[in-house]
Amino acid sequence: MSLRIVVTVKYVPDATGDRHFADDLTVDRDDVDGLLSELDEYAVEQALQIAGEADDAEVTVLTVGPEDAKDALRKALSMGADKAIHVEDDGLHGTDVIGTSLVLAKAIEKAGYDLVISGMASTDGTAGVVPALLAERLGVPQVTLLSEVSVEDAVVRGRRDGDAASEQLEASLPAVVSVTDQSGEARYPSFKGIMAAKKKPVESWDLEDLEIEADEVGLGGSWTKVDSATERPARTAGTIVKDEGEGGKQLAEFLAGQKFI
Amino acid sequence: MAEVLVYVDHVDGAVRKPTLELLTLARRIGEPVAVALGSGAENTAAVLAEHGAVKVLTHDAAEYADYLVVPKVDALQAAYEAVSPAAVLVPSSAEGKEIAARLAVRVGSGIITDAVDLEAGDGGPVATQSAFAASFTTKSRVSRGTPVITVKPNSAAVEAAPAAGAVEALTVSFSEKATGTKVTARTPREATGRPELTEAAIVVSGGRGVNGAENFSVIENLADSLGAAVGASRAAVDAGWYPHSNQVGQTGKSVSPQLYIASGISGAIQHRAGMQTSKTIVAINKDAEAPIFDLVDYGVVGDLFEVVPQLTDEIKTRKG
Ligand SMILES: Cc1cc2nc3c(=O)[nH]c(=O)nc-3n(C[C@H](O)[C@H](O)[C@H](O)COP(=O)(O)OP(=O)(O)OC[C@H]3O[C@@H](n4cnc5c(N)ncnc54)[C@H](O)[C@@H]3O)c2cc1C
Ligand SMILES: Cc1cc2nc3c(=O)[nH]c(=O)nc-3n(C[C@H](O)[C@H](O)[C@H](O)COP(=O)(O)OP(=O)(O)OC[C@H]3O[C@@H](n4cnc5c(N)ncnc54)[C@H](O)[C@@H]3O)c2cc1C
Repeated sequence: MSLRIVVTVKYVPDATGDRHFADDLTVDRDDVDGLLSELDEYAVEQALQIAGEADDAEVTVLTVGPEDAKDALRKALSMGADKAIHVEDDGLHGTDVIGTSLVLAKAIEKAGYDLVISGMASTDGTAGVVPALLAERLGVPQVTLLSEVSVEDAVVRGRRDGDAASEQLEASLPAVVSVTDQSGEARYPSFKGIMAAKKKPVESWDLEDLEIEADEVGLGGSWTKVDSATERPARTAGTIVKDEGEGGKQLAEFLAGQKFI
Repeated sequence: MAEVLVYVDHVDGAVRKPTLELLTLARRIGEPVAVALGSGAENTAAVLAEHGAVKVLTHDAAEYADYLVVPKVDALQAAYEAVSPAAVLVPSSAEGKEIAARLAVRVGSGIITDAVDLEAGDGGPVATQSAFAASFTTKSRVSRGTPVITVKPNSAAVEAAPAAGAVEALTVSFSEKATGTKVTARTPREATGRPELTEAAIVVSGGRGVNGAENFSVIENLADSLGAAVGASRAAVDAGWYPHSNQVGQTGKSVSPQLYIASGISGAIQHRAGMQTSKTIVAINKDAEAPIFDLVDYGVVGDLFEVVPQLTDEIKTRKG
């Protein structure tokens, strides 16, 4: 039996760049390079490993994002995914998590799936809720925030390390999984992988293909509204001392002055 | 006055501090009605009443422990339908966010995650969020449906405000999907005796500069002299020197204590994402160029193995 895996991958501004909001209070994508969200590399990695264990599996990577988001798909293809789907539509600009999960869910259904794998959170919005929303919308089990995952005989198992306890989870496919950065280092694309990626199919879908009305997504269709975004004032320069043998005592003096001791 | 649902995070009836903070925030926008689920739910009532809950809706069933997330969503939805609240507040834990998100889509509402403050506004509650590793502050609202908002720990001071806190049994019928993800085993986290990382007033963290699991005692000793929680950078966690549950940063815990002390941590953007909102920041690093020094109120350029033990001794002396 073939196993159809869809990996959701997000294209995000580089966290080490100078990230800003644009005038319409959405993420400014012009000033900072974009890339495949690093936390989604872990999702691609686990998909490739699960596919490698299966008799017959196909890994599709899916993104919802602007034209440049193809870069994120190419990266995932060069890691070893088989094909890609790009949902691209001008109407998507400014979509919130509810809208994003709607578009992803429709695309996943259209693509066909047994297993969806997501990252634990994006590195820009960082909400960490899209996987749970996908499970809710698709009506399948959520097996999320896994630091270990395996699939055998149409059952997914994994370990979830929570605040109070570490849990072993189990669900039947189809299911939505999300994996943490504890799940195992992601592979680097090989030269061969990069060359092969150029020939792999990338399908483009728009809102019409997914039968989504324009007013369900985008800034206008968002169920949340950002009223303002202000840059945090730069911290006033702190006191920096060089330890000449008394550094610990000097620091204690500072802490006492601040009433911490 | 409008009722505001507050989802209670508790362990066997012991309410965690972020929930008490939520009650303070909830009172700014209405009358808090708490929802406590699972084993020990009824035991939460006294402390919730003390902090302003006018009502405490409780329900216990094996499903909450045996299956992941969905039974709790079903119950919160039952509470939502029973109360018709003006807003729903949930603590921003990983699980809390998942519960809130699923509820939001079910009831046709927008969701704001990881709020760090909340005020009443003309068009409903206004949430403050911290974006891009805390380099921006945004104000947002839910523009459709009943605002569902998750709030980070340490976003408000806990205030006592005695209220009736009448316990009412919630009637819950679980959905067909509730039992989709089985919890087949559970290992509770070992107690360290130190404060909970996300709730602590002081956090003392160590990074790659600590250079070995055995050396973490230097960090722990300082933490204990201050009654602080211990944190670690991902480099220290990846090296196996400290548990992942203590990681501070984008993929670890985000902390916002009164005082954060970083030793042997360079201050990468992903680490900053988890600690930049700390009120007072102190760093000890032997590299004067380390980016962490851009954030500090007080920094010591020096060897942590010299500075930290001296600091610990001095604190102990001063505390007598
Ligand atoms: C600073 C900031 C704060 C925001 N706050 C809110 C808010 O409070 N409420 C709200 O409704 N919206 C919010 N948004 C918008 C939200 O980030 C976007 O709608 C986003 O596309 C989905 O949420 P996320 O990036 O937080 O994803 P997360 O839920 O963190 O992502 C988890 C996983 O879902 C998958 N995924 C997410 N987005 C995509 C995509 N476009 N394509 C493919 N896979 C994807 C990835 O596998 C990812 O690892 C915010 C955005 C920013 C920049
Ligand atoms: C997607 C993603 C998510 C991430 N999430 C996180 C996260 O949640 N948390 C996190 O911390 N990181 C995270 N990281 C990793 C992050 O980018 C850095 O690699 C990490 O924070 C570095 O840890 P460090 O500061 O301990 O180590 P280093 O950067 O190696 O710094 C060690 C510091 O110790 C100093 N030092 C060495 N010896 C001594 C001494 N004897 N005395 C004093 N100082 C000394 C050095 O001068 C140096 O500045 C993430 C990365 C990615 C890509």
